[in-house]
Amino acid sequence: MRRQRLGDTLFRAVTRSFALGVLLLLGAIIASLVAGSIPAFHAFGLGFLFSTAWNPVKDAFGALPAIYGTLITSLLAMMLAVPLAFGIAIFLTELCPPLLRRPIGTLIELLAAIPSIIYGIWGLFVLAPILQSTLQPALIDSLGEIPYFGVLFAGPPLGLGILTASIILAVMVLPFIASVSRDVFLTVPPLLRESAYAMGATTSEVIRDIIIPHSRIGIVGGVMLGLGRALGETMAVTFVIGNAHHIKASLLAPGTTISATLANEFTEAVDQIYTSSLVALGLILFVITLIVLALANYMLWRMGSREGA
Amino acid sequence: MDAMLYRRRAATNYLILSLSFAATGAGLLVLFLIMWSLLRNGIPALGFDFFTQNTPPPDRSGGLLNAIYGSLVMTAVATAVGTPVGILCGTFLAEFSRSSKLAMTVRFINDILLSAPSIVIGLFVYEVMVVPMGHFSGWAGSMALAILVVPVVVRTSENMLSLVPASLREAAFALGAPQWKVVVLVVYRAAMQGMLTGVLLAVARIAGETAPLLFTALNNQFWSSNMNGPMGNLPVVIFQFALSPYADWQRLAWGGALLITLAILSLNIIARFLANWSSFEK
Repeated sequence: MRRQRLGDTLFRAVTRSFALGVLLLLGAIIASLVAGSIPAFHAFGLGFLFSTAWNPVKDAFGALPAIYGTLITSLLAMMLAVPLAFGIAIFLTELCPPLLRRPIGTLIELLAAIPSIIYGIWGLFVLAPILQSTLQPALIDSLGEIPYFGVLFAGPPLGLGILTASIILAVMVLPFIASVSRDVFLTVPPLLRESAYAMGATTSEVIRDIIIPHSRIGIVGGVMLGLGRALGETMAVTFVIGNAHHIKASLLAPGTTISATLANEFTEAVDQIYTSSLVALGLILFVITLIVLALANYMLWRMGSREGA
Repeated sequence: MDAMLYRRRAATNYLILSLSFAATGAGLLVLFLIMWSLLRNGIPALGFDFFTQNTPPPDRSGGLLNAIYGSLVMTAVATAVGTPVGILCGTFLAEFSRSSKLAMTVRFINDILLSAPSIVIGLFVYEVMVVPMGHFSGWAGSMALAILVVPVVVRTSENMLSLVPASLREAAFALGAPQWKVVVLVVYRAAMQGMLTGVLLAVARIAGETAPLLFTALNNQFWSSNMNGPMGNLPVVIFQFALSPYADWQRLAWGGALLITLAILSLNIIARFLANWSSFEK
């Protein structure tokens, strides 16, 4: 009897220590990144965040182009992906014949299973040439002519660049946002939905006036989750962004992101300050994604707890 | 007047529904396009040499044997390390401490780690393993992948353990079994299929991961079964070969891409079938 109780205590302690291990892991990641980036922040100060320099020969480094690239590609990707993902979620919950719901939902989710590197190779060899010969010249000839606004679409159609990276990112985060939205749409009580239909509302009115207001927090959570994914996405972006450390107004110009810079340059960085600057970039990326993902999970968690109420 | 309002509402409805139909079509089209280019470019590369030769120098023919081997070994080690850690942590969350403060925090952090950028995990392992050891290694690559396995397994095993009916536990307790025996002999067994699903999904997740291997396992052009040195692996080889100017390398990259994608998609589909069988809601 006493032996059994000892077994219980031991088992509980072991599982508890592994649970604590997960917490420690996050702490250790942050600590190691902070330690690794100290030389860079020591050399450049907080100016590191706002400098556009990137010159490994002269040991001058600044994070701004990579931060800008990371944010602009992710934001553009969200602008493209969110409407599409809502469309898919609406289709799956409201329109699709029940027999096809599962297969179509599974196929969309398989988009999320395809590894980043596959999107990269596909983006480089298939999508970029297509964009270069169709979409990009069309954008330059139409929107590029508009005064002021046109600078966004100036320059030659290179195929590779910010816009191409954003389109690939949009495809990659699409399944995450779509499946979270579908799940929160399904939490709307059937009673509400049916009452609205009984009053003569059309499907689009039910979506606008019942489903979206009811699942607002969950939708925002899903979008933030997608944003968190997009910010840290590495390989696909590395293939198609062009890897240029500058900030250009044009979306067709090549740029870089934090993750692409790390993937391209980390193994080539030999001196300490170069390596440390790259680790500092990694720290910045981690902090940004942590904040976004924490907000996302908080919102989804609130959504989940309301569902139980 | 009413007729016009009605027509406008019907038109809006029609428009919204067509757009959502088109969005779904677009998503499926992209999946189809990716698969089609993988098959078209990848199948010609898959021959006898592909599976029996090592990665060649530029402009020579060869295969991906060393990379396939390295990927298999590192994925296996990562799964073997990450799975028990994940299951034990999931057990704590589901069996011992469902709503304590610690459990809530662990759950929250775990959900964040689930989507944390994998390249940062690579940086972390570089700092704590590669730098102290002084060289890149297969072990470091495996550890980076293991860190990615843990949150996936924690999430699924917690969910699957929570699905086990309480009556099963109560029956075992009534027979006088201590809690650890109830968990190990009854609850684990009942949730086995579901937890296996989680492990398969975790394997599928890490099999194609490139970013965490770039500066941990690095790559190795030659055959190497030495886990203590740089090790060849499929994702990094695909990365290097695809961006090279050599036609032979690019062909091999497409072959590797097809191989990885087929493996991952089959793992996902198998995992889904397992999950459907094991659900208690039948």
